Amino acid sequence: MEFLRPANLAEALAAKAERPDAVPLAGGTDVMVELNFDHRRPEALLDLTRVAELAGWTVEDGVVRLGAGVSYTRLITELGEKLPALAMASRTVGSPQIRNRGTVGGNLGAASPAGDTHPVLLATGARVEVASTRGTRMIDADDFYVGVKKHSLAPDELIVAVHLPVASAPQQFAKVGTRNAMVIAVCSFAVALDPEHRCAGAAIGSAAPTPRRAAEAEEFLAAELPWDAPAPLRDSVKRRFGELVASAAAPIDDVRGTAEYRKHALAVLARRTLGWAWQDYLGSERTCA
Amino acid sequence: MRVNVTVNGEARQADDVWEGESLLYLLRERLGLPGSKNACEQGECGSCTVYLDGTPVCACLVAAGQAEGREVRTVEGLADGDRLDPVQQSFVDAGAVQCGFCTPGLVVAAHDLLNRVPNPSDEEIREALAGNLCRCTGYEKILDAVRAAAK
Ligand SMILES: Cc1cc2nc3c(=O)[nH]c(=O)nc-3n(C[C@H](O)[C@H](O)[C@H](O)COP(=O)(O)OP(=O)(O)OC[C@H]3O[C@@H](n4cnc5c(N)ncnc54)[C@H](O)[C@@H]3O)c2cc1C
Ligand code: FES
Ligand code: FES
Repeated sequence: MEFLRPANLAEALAAKAERPDAVPLAGGTDVMVELNFDHRRPEALLDLTRVAELAGWTVEDGVVRLGAGVSYTRLITELGEKLPALAMASRTVGSPQIRNRGTVGGNLGAASPAGDTHPVLLATGARVEVASTRGTRMIDADDFYVGVKKHSLAPDELIVAVHLPVASAPQQFAKVGTRNAMVIAVCSFAVALDPEHRCAGAAIGSAAPTPRRAAEAEEFLAAELPWDAPAPLRDSVKRRFGELVASAAAPIDDVRGTAEYRKHALAVLARRTLGWAWQDYLGSERTCA
Repeated sequence: MRVNVTVNGEARQADDVWEGESLLYLLRERLGLPGSKNACEQGECGSCTVYLDGTPVCACLVAAGQAEGREVRTVEGLADGDRLDPVQQSFVDAGAVQCGFCTPGLVVAAHDLLNRVPNPSDEEIREALAGNLCRCTGYEKILDAVRAAAK
């Protein structure tokens, strides 16, 4: 095995071009488990923790460009206001030790259906910036996940950053787990209100081969949310939304939960989180007026 | 490969480090620092918790090569010579140590918490220690120890 230690992004991309089989190593919270248990024996490891270009974030024109190597802990403390749902999802990841090392770039690289950041990236319309020595391209979160633990990166590409709009309205993330800390999601859900376009994003995790948007549920919200005459949401709207979210799922039975339970839990999460987000929106409308 | 790392304030060097090796293995097996415990090697138990550049991490999930040129502080580095760190002393006084396997990781995690939050609430203590498992104490004495060290 080789241990490659690029000092900047250009070196990292050159290394990946030359050694497409090199496994990128960010926080290591997924990769090291596989190495420790002999599940993976790559020819080379490509340590990205010295690449300064991946380690920061900037805001421009209402969009956060979040470097692939920013830890969850930093995201929570530095970006909680701008990216509330992503911060909520980050708070549910592992433990402090895991959050101190783990990154959104690594969550994307692993592309697990259960990754906590994915529903948020989908619901907020995030885009993933990837680069190689051939150039840079943007992948919509929608097109990023292509199968169980499979993403749409070419072998010579690295994830550089994630672009997410600064939240202009309430967002929510919720996860069902068997206890409060240190659990992989049984299922998870994110919703993000978008008053400017009079719509809302909604996406599920851990309930299909890939994280995915609940498109019908989103269309329903676009038609039903009373943006022009803001009032509390009728129960029937929340309930129907929950049903549509659950119908977007294609879960499996596994040790963490049955398919049936996952669908039920998603409907509940969807109903509740929409209620919370809309209530917050009404509150903020009133304080603005 | 060769790895150079500052451990508990001292420059250390290790040779013939395997590229896929963890920082935990490097510390325990090559540098003779068995304080950080190896229990799960998958980030679940926290007994290998050390500071890496001042941030608590699971040493089993850091590649040894990632620590090159960085600073590591282990549970061995918390005591001042023969004088235990207040968190260590408080674990002893409160009887928060039984078999002791989880203790080094918990001490480092609690040490970090009290550095950041000198007077944590019970909720904050529980959250800060959520990544550390103990199979003996039932956690109550551990909570007592952290509360006492905060005073
Ligand atoms: C105890 C424990 C608890 C956990 N709990 C959770 C949880 O609650 N929720 C959750 O979602 N996850 C959880 N995880 C999984 C893991 O922490 C996350 O997936 C994390 O986001 C991975 O980030 P990392 O930086 O550590 O990635 P790494 O382990 O370094 O890499 C992960 C994958 O991404 C690739 N990669 C990394 N960076 C890049 C890049 N820039 N470009 C291309 N590919 C890249 C790697 O090659 C690898 O395939 C847990 C893990 C552990 C050990
Ligand atoms: S040995 Fe590292 S967390 Fe358990
Ligand atoms: S004292 Fe035995 S595991 Fe905690």
